[in-house]
Amino acid sequence: MARVVVDVMLKPEILDPQGQAVQRALPRLGFQGISDVRQGKRFELEVDGPVGDAVLARIQEMAESFLANTVIEDFVVKVEDEKAEGEK
Amino acid sequence: MTARIGVVTFPGTLDDRDTQRAVRVAGAEAVPLWHKDKDLKQVDAVVLPGGFSYGDYLRAGAISRFSPVMESVIEQAKAGMPVLGICNGFQVLTETHLLPGAMLRNNHLHFICREQKLRVESDRTAWTADYTAGQEISIPLKNIDGQYTADERTLDMLEAEGRVAFRYLDGNPNGSLRDIAGITNEAGNVVGLMPHPEHAVEPLVGTGRTDGLGFFTSILKKLVTA
Repeated sequence: MARVVVDVMLKPEILDPQGQAVQRALPRLGFQGISDVRQGKRFELEVDGPVGDAVLARIQEMAESFLANTVIEDFVVKVEDEKAEGEK
Repeated sequence: MTARIGVVTFPGTLDDRDTQRAVRVAGAEAVPLWHKDKDLKQVDAVVLPGGFSYGDYLRAGAISRFSPVMESVIEQAKAGMPVLGICNGFQVLTETHLLPGAMLRNNHLHFICREQKLRVESDRTAWTADYTAGQEISIPLKNIDGQYTADERTLDMLEAEGRVAFRYLDGNPNGSLRDIAGITNEAGNVVGLMPHPEHAVEPLVGTGRTDGLGFFTSILKKLVTA
């Protein structure tokens, strides 16, 4: 089993009202010095078998067509360290 | 013979019954369509009603897009079948890319439920022919993911091609760019909007006005005279 992580974030030019609300709440809670917060989504995919180029290409396709709406969001696909995975 | 208008029910859809009723009040036959069913039962048009299909999981409308019924709806819409998406239905239409742009959380993060004044900007769609361009109507608005967004080029294209179908009046309720409440595709058969015409078809309930009835009489006239 290997883990592939897909991070989805609103594009920089898209207003993120949830991130703004979090940022505005910070000083009230005693957290100073945070000038901006952007909120996103993280998907952790447990893949059966090894993660080769073909599998990654399919995950890329999945992220582009489903996990992210590329009209408003960007995404990054990352394979988690296989070695660290093996040590578990 | 009257027109047969399909009304899709996804798990989490709320307004399918009101939409069926609006279709009947206008004089057409309402045909319930189930999300698992690819068969559109030979309807002449389809309405995607409001609600929270699939719990709005992932993004509003994102999972509905891949339901069997939508495969057929997308195919038929591209071939010219009239499709109206109301609220969650509009979100589904943007997720399927039948309509451009996307929907974000309201800029103030609150759920809105109120009567909303709109201007009908286009009477050249399948669903707005019974209105006149510039006509002001008032129908309910109720959502949290109602902020319409698209890039500047898309917005300019929509404006230039007369595809902004409805605009909010008397204040923008959710931060939608250019006060856009609803849009149409190039052919005018696919229309989506956030406010709810199906809740304003009888004087007794809703806003106490019948400003939303025109959507359903428009489509009926189009289908019957076609």
